[in-house]
Formats: sequence, C-alpha cells, structure tokens
Amino acid sequence: MNASLLNLEIWVIALGLVLMLADFWMPLERKRFLGYAAAAALAMLLVTNLGVCATGTAFSGMFVEDGLAVFFKRFFLVAAILVLFMSVEFSDRLTAGISEYYSLIVFALSGMLFAASANNFAMLFVSIELITVTFYVLTSFQRGRLVSLEAGVKYLILGALSSAFMVYGIALVWGTTGKLNFNELASVASQFADNKIFLFGMVLVLAGLGFKIAAFPFQIWAPDVYQGAPTPTTAFLAVGSKAAGFVLLLRVLFTAIPSVTAHWANPLIIISGITILYGNLCAIPQQNLKRLLGYSSIAHAGYLLLGVAALSASGQAAILYYLSGYLFTVLGAFTVICLVMRHLDSENISALAGLNQRSPLLATTMTLAMVSLAGIPPLAGFFGKFLLLKAVIQQAQVTGNHGYYCLTFTALAGVVISLYYYGGVIRAIYWSKDAPADLSPIMLSGPAKVAIAICIAGMFWIGLFPNVMVNLANEAVKALAR
Amino acid sequence: MSILTYILGWPLLAAVALVFVPRNYRVIIRAVAVLATFISMLLAVKMFCQFVTGHAGYQFEQQIPWVESLGISYHVGVDGLNVGLILMGAIVAFAAACCSFEIQSREKEFYILLLVMTGGILGAFASLDLFFFYFLHELALVPTFIMIGVWGRGERKNYATFQITLYLSIGALIALIGLIALYLQVPADLRTAGKIGFDIPKLTEFFRNNPMAGGAQNFIFPLLLLGFGILVSLWPFHTWAPLGYGSAPSPTAMLHAGVLKKFGLYGLIRIALPLMPQAAQHWMQILAWLCLGNILYVGWVAMRQRNLNLLIGNSSVAHMGFIFLGIASLNLIGVTGAVIIMIAHGFLAALSFGLSGYIYQQTGTLEMGELGGLARKLPFVGPALLMAALAGCGLPGFANFVGEVTVFFGAWKVFPVVTGLALWGALMISALYMLRAMRNVLHGPLPEKWSGIPDASNVWRKLPYALLLASLLVFGCFPRLLTEKITPDAEKIVKMVTENVGGLVAGDASSRGRESAPSKQSDSQRRLTSAATEPK
Repeated sequence: MNASLLNLEIWVIALGLVLMLADFWMPLERKRFLGYAAAAALAMLLVTNLGVCATGTAFSGMFVEDGLAVFFKRFFLVAAILVLFMSVEFSDRLTAGISEYYSLIVFALSGMLFAASANNFAMLFVSIELITVTFYVLTSFQRGRLVSLEAGVKYLILGALSSAFMVYGIALVWGTTGKLNFNELASVASQFADNKIFLFGMVLVLAGLGFKIAAFPFQIWAPDVYQGAPTPTTAFLAVGSKAAGFVLLLRVLFTAIPSVTAHWANPLIIISGITILYGNLCAIPQQNLKRLLGYSSIAHAGYLLLGVAALSASGQAAILYYLSGYLFTVLGAFTVICLVMRHLDSENISALAGLNQRSPLLATTMTLAMVSLAGIPPLAGFFGKFLLLKAVIQQAQVTGNHGYYCLTFTALAGVVISLYYYGGVIRAIYWSKDAPADLSPIMLSGPAKVAIAICIAGMFWIGLFPNVMVNLANEAVKALAR
Repeated sequence: MSILTYILGWPLLAAVALVFVPRNYRVIIRAVAVLATFISMLLAVKMFCQFVTGHAGYQFEQQIPWVESLGISYHVGVDGLNVGLILMGAIVAFAAACCSFEIQSREKEFYILLLVMTGGILGAFASLDLFFFYFLHELALVPTFIMIGVWGRGERKNYATFQITLYLSIGALIALIGLIALYLQVPADLRTAGKIGFDIPKLTEFFRNNPMAGGAQNFIFPLLLLGFGILVSLWPFHTWAPLGYGSAPSPTAMLHAGVLKKFGLYGLIRIALPLMPQAAQHWMQILAWLCLGNILYVGWVAMRQRNLNLLIGNSSVAHMGFIFLGIASLNLIGVTGAVIIMIAHGFLAALSFGLSGYIYQQTGTLEMGELGGLARKLPFVGPALLMAALAGCGLPGFANFVGEVTVFFGAWKVFPVVTGLALWGALMISALYMLRAMRNVLHGPLPEKWSGIPDASNVWRKLPYALLLASLLVFGCFPRLLTEKITPDAEKIVKMVTENVGGLVAGDASSRGRESAPSKQSDSQRRLTSAATEPK
C-alpha cells in the first residue's frame, strides 16, 4: 500500500483535530483568529502540494491519485481557504463554538479530498457521508435562528434519504456485478447493460449524486438550505459540495460504466435542460439574495450537466474549467453578502442599496460576480459557458442528435433569463428605487480585502488567460478515460 | 507591435489606470479619458493615411496565441473593409469622451466604462480572430447596460435598460452559437493553434477551397443573420433601439448607435457572406424585403415621434435598412455602398445624439412640443443640428449621400421593386420627419423659459461636433478616400459569394475557385437545382 499518497488528507485531518484541541487552551477573544491559522496551514499544504505529482493507487485500488484527483484537491483547498477567511468575518454572529465551526469546515474538506480520489463505491459512499454529515452541523450552526435550524433539518432529512437511495443502489450494483472498484466494474459493465437490476442500482446511485449537485429532480432542498445556512456554510456548499458531486459523477459515469453511459445521452440532455430552466425561472421572483443564489446554483448545475451530457472529453474538460471559474465567482459573491449583511436579518436584495457609496470595493466585487455568473466577458463565466456550449454543439455535429441543438437553445434561454435577475442585483447596488436605509461606510479588515482581491483576480485571470486552465483541465480529464 | 494594438490598447490601459485614481480627482479622470481617446484617434488617422490601397491581404497584422488547444489567438489586422470603420470608431470615441461633460455624478465609473467600451469596439473591428471578434464586442456591450441604468434619463430608464440588455444578449448569444457551429465545421485536426482554429483569414481560405455542406450552411447562416440582425436592429427586431437610445446618456448613445451597432453588419459582410455563399444567396432575397420594414415602417414610426431622441433613434434604425439593402444586393457597388453608409452613419448618429444631448442638458427636455426657436439662442449648436438632419435626409455633400446613392445603384440591378420603394422612403419620409423636427426645435417662436440658454461657448464644447461634421463633409466631398480602399476587398467578398454558389453541384473543389463569375440568373438557377437534388 502506498500510504504516502494520502499525505495531504492525513495533514488536513490532523489540522482539524488540532483546531478542536486548540479550543481548550485558546482564550475566548482570540478564538476567531484560529480561522486565519487554519487558512494559513491549508495555504501551506496547497503550496507544498503544487510540486508533488505522485500518481498511483492505494488501498487496493480504492483510492486513486491521478490528474483529475490532483486538480480537484487543489480546487477544494482554495475553496476552503477562502471560506475560512469568510468564516472569521462571520464569527461574531456565531454565539459559541467558533473553533468547532473551523474544524468542521476542515473535516468537510477532508471528505472532499477523499471524494476527489474515490475509485470504489465504498469509498464514494464514505466520502459523501463525511461531507454531508459535517454539513448537517454546519448548516444548523446558528442554533438561535429558526431558519438555520429549519435548513439543517431539511438538509438532514433529504440528505439521509438520498444516502439511503445511494446505499441501496450500491448494494444492487454489487449484488449483480460483484464489483465495487470502478475499473473492475468498467470491464464487466457492458455485459450488464441490459440487466434491469443493475441499471436500477446505477440510477439510484446517480440520484444520490444528483442530490449533491442539486440537479432536477433532486434540487428541492437547495433554496431553503442556501437561505437558512450561515453564509460561509452556504458558500462552501455551493462550491465544495457541488464540485465533489461532479467529480464523483464524472468518475462513475465515465470511469465505472462508460459503456452504459454512452446510451444515456437523451436522459442526460433532458435532465440538464430542465435543471437549467427550473433554476433560472424560479430565481426570477426571489427577494432574498441567498435564496436567489440557491436557485442560480441549480441553474449552474444544469450548465455543468451540459458538459456531462456531451459525453466527450472536451465536455468534461469544460466542466472542470467552469467549476474553477465558478469557485472564485461564487465565493466573491458570498464574501460580499457576509460583509454587507452583517447586522441584517433579512439578507434581502434591497439591502444592497447604496452599496457603491458604502464600499465601492464590495459593490465592484458583487457586480463582477454577477456579470461572471451571467457569463459575460472578460470574466471567467463567459469562457466556461463558451467551452460548454462548444462541447455540446460539437457532439451535436458528431452524432447528429438533434436533442443537443435543443439543449443548446435551452441553455441560451437560461442565460438570457439569468441576465434579468443578475441585472436586478446590479440595479439594487447602483440605481435602486427605494432609498438606502443605511449609508454608513463598511470597514473591511485586511484579510477580508485579501480574500476579495483573490476572488477578483481569479475571475479575471481565468477569464483573460484561459490557456493555463484549459490545458490543466484537458490534462486532468485524461485520467477518466483510463 | 501593430499600430492597431495601440489604437485599442490605449483606451483599455487608461481604463485600468483610472481604477487606481481616487474618485474626487475629477479633472484628472476626465483628462485621462479624453487624452487616451485622443491618442487612439490620432493613431487611427495615421493608420488610415498609411494604409496602402490595393495591397493584397491584411495590413498592420499582429498575432499572439491565446488558447493554443482551441486555436484562439489575438490577431488584428485591417483591410479595406474595416480600415474606415476603425477610423470612424476612434473619432466617435473621442467625440463621445469630449461630450461626457454632461455626466455629473460617479464620473470615475462612467469614464472607466466608456474607455472599456471604446477599446472593445475598436478591438472587435480590428480583430481577425473569430473568438476575439465576438469577445471584444461583448466586452463593449456590457458597459452599455450599466451606463443606461446608472446615468440614463427618463422615467422608462429601468425598462429600457432591461429591454436592451435582454434583447441584445439574445442576439449576441444566437450569433455565438452560429460562430461556434461555424468553427466546428473545420475538421478536428485543423482546429488547434497554427492551423485554422478561429482565424478569420484562414477560415475564409479554407472554405473557399472546401465549401461547407449545404445543410450546415442552411443551419448556420440563419443563426448569424438573426443574431447579427438583432444587434443591428433589423426590422422586426428593432424595438429595443429607439427607447434604448432615448434613455441612454448621450456619450453611450453616440458610441452604441454610431459604432457598436455596425458590428453585426461588419460580421455579416466579413463572415456570413463569404463563408456561406449558398445560404447567403437564398437569404438575401428575404433580407431585401425585411430592410423595407426598416426603411418604410420605421420611417413611418419616426414621423409620429414627439421626442427628439426617439426620433433620432428611429431614424437611425431606418438608416440600417439602406445598409441591409446594399448587403442584400450582393454586388460590388452595393456592398461598397453599404460600407460607406456604415461609416457615414457612424458620424451622423454620433453627431445627432451628441447635439440632442447638449439640448437636453440645457433644457432638461427633448419633447419637441416644448422646444422651439432655439436656432436664435444657439448659433452654433442649432445649425449643426440642422446640418445633421440634412445629412440624414441624404443631401449631397455629406457622406451619407454618397453611400445611399451607391447602394441604390447597386441594388437597382437586383431588386428593382424594393429599391424603388426604398428610394421613396429615403427621399420623402426621412425628409419629412427630419425637416418637421427641425422646424419644431429650431424655428418658430421661442418659449420664454428658454430665453437664457447658452450656446456651446468654448472650443472644447464645440470640438466634438465640429470634428464629426468635418468628417461627414470630408468623406462626402472626397468619397474616393473610402471607395478606393473598400472596393478591392469588397470585390473579393462578392466574388466568393457569387463564385462558390454552384460549387456543390459543379464538381470537384479545385476547379471551383478558378471558375469565372457566372451571371446572376444562372447562379440562382443552380442554387435551386442544387437545393432540389441535395438531400438536406
């Protein structure tokens, strides 16, 4: 067994434990600064990890370290660092247990790291549970707020249900094929392509993953949980948990059962199209900003599924590219929410009124984030959508399946609808009708400025110099077709 | 470094620099913006003068790889088609920056957006890479929305902002799908850097030798026509334009109506026509009739307007009809005329919106019922507005006349009925609404409340209008400056459209390029037979 492959995970778990222990000795007023320490530690891990490119498998093939895993691990580390910065800003709203909050984020991160390397259904399930269970706690962390508790309970019930589906599915797949390892399954999957029990099991597994990424018809939880959860939790849910769902989805569909997936173009097209339309249409009337972003995250799951439905390497690479742009964009938006709505209970869009006078930096960040989510150059979102659409149209021309053209135009309609509600947020910042209630300037701490600067730089860098990221994504997805 | 890179780089660089200037340094912010556009204009004039007429291929080229795996590169260059457009864009951008006096709040953001828009537009026209061509246009489009929303005027500003945002985004996205589909028509092994990729000259060359399949043409061409058509306010997709321009602050309206709108037309001429000749032949019949909607219907709507800005907005939509007619004629004279009107209308639209913005700034209204007799109070602005109106009616001496008359000569051979009707619209309708508007605004009794309004007093205020008027007159009196540059390249485009049509039934690819241009009628006959024999 090659335990050195797990170095990163071991360090991250150790960090989580240290954070919990530090709680005992740290004076109360200093506890919130543990977040910076944790972020710094993760940043160090990220930097030391950049050079290491050891590949291989461990635990008899359960754990795989390949290009895809490395790509996603870096992704999760960056996300966790930015979320920790955000949590420090948020800490004054948590009555107790701030260091537990940090350590839970780190544990969720370790679950995501394992998910990136999962190459076996058991591993898949364990890593998903590690992520989901920590998120149950993170979601309901503001015990005093009813919405937070409500969000936690909703997430718990639906999450437990989807886990049950998934275990049942895994049992059926194992029962029919006798394989849990993805590579071994790939070699026999084609024999079971007509086996109804096997297919039923696979559908149940995909349903569990669909819950993670909030794809139709498993998207119901997203708006409520996004709205109720503490803002850093929402941000981590939107970025980390979704990306973990996608890496597992890619591995299951394209490593474990590629021969079966090849027949699933039409169902994937339909799910992707409905997810896009559902997310975008439901976002139109939203007043609460976090709820709006919840629906928009459903829509973005739909866009990402374009790349899955394309069933091609360029589609998979587009997903990776899109996610990396999405990371900086969404975290930028949530950081602004976290800083602006510090003393507000409602988190309504109208609370952004006058933001450009209160803090031009935050106003600019929010505008850029909305513009990037809408997919407008020169920000990251545009090139991501371009790659996804290109992958879909390419597949349409290769296969002649007209469903892909319909999907392209559905995505187009979704983008146009989304411009309306993202534009509404920008309007609230710059030219809202209702007079702003509060015009006091917003003071930003140094680290918060750093986090925002990273998000802005990320949006511009990925959008203006896509070459590096496109090449990384192209390299990473080669691991899928082993 | 190509001079083109400097032309579009200065405004963008200045925009970045302005981010770091504190917001209360208003004079500096303004000076930086005006200076950057001024340098860019000087460079554009220099480029225009250095342009070698009749030189085969592109000039001032520069290419830097951007995304190698997809074959995207930063590639700029000019030929006869876009050299004039870039000059026009740079002059209008400078004029717009000068006219930005009227912006009194949040100047920093305004000038940053204005400079981004300028750089984006000039870049889109200079770009020889399909991806950047689209990318830079979108980059210029976004500031428009924010500028209308934040600095716009009128009660319906909010509605106008969202209408123009959604409408133009639909157009742009449809065009994007068309462009991606076009890129994917190239075989997969030629799509990387150094091969064909998104490079427009190489794509043109490739499709000249290997014409696209009929089915693909019939799929992609309508997408491009519809997408670009929406961006250019082709009837019946024009409704965003008058209200959008009416609500926009005047520098934005000048840049958008003058320059940015020409993007779709340029895209049609540069990309859609030469790459998809067979579909182009087919769709041009329809386009010719749609352009009558622009000329007659929108002209008719313009007659009913009571607001000066809405009138100018509608008349600007009507002028697009002449350009579409020139493109639809698919012959050398018509296409050359279309390019001339594109340039002339850029100056004209900028001038009209600039002047109406001045009047709005002084009076606070543009309702023609409330204005009157302003010529007495505005000895500079009034006559300038009158000259703009006369240029809009197509008076000889202004560049618009040259373009319109060329278009009619070109279109007469192909669409005599449409041309006859369009002529009526050009001569009668536009003269009617323009002169009536001038009577209402400039002549007649002067209402008491306007007795104190000042004229454009100092040189800085007069400069943008004088510059635009001078450009209109120069190109109107010496149209050869433009035509001799445009004609050789327009001829190439027209040749590609008319030569390649019979290609799919005519035989193998190699002989097709050297075929002499067959006559128009046999062409369309061949197209019909090919459409009948070829399964779609």
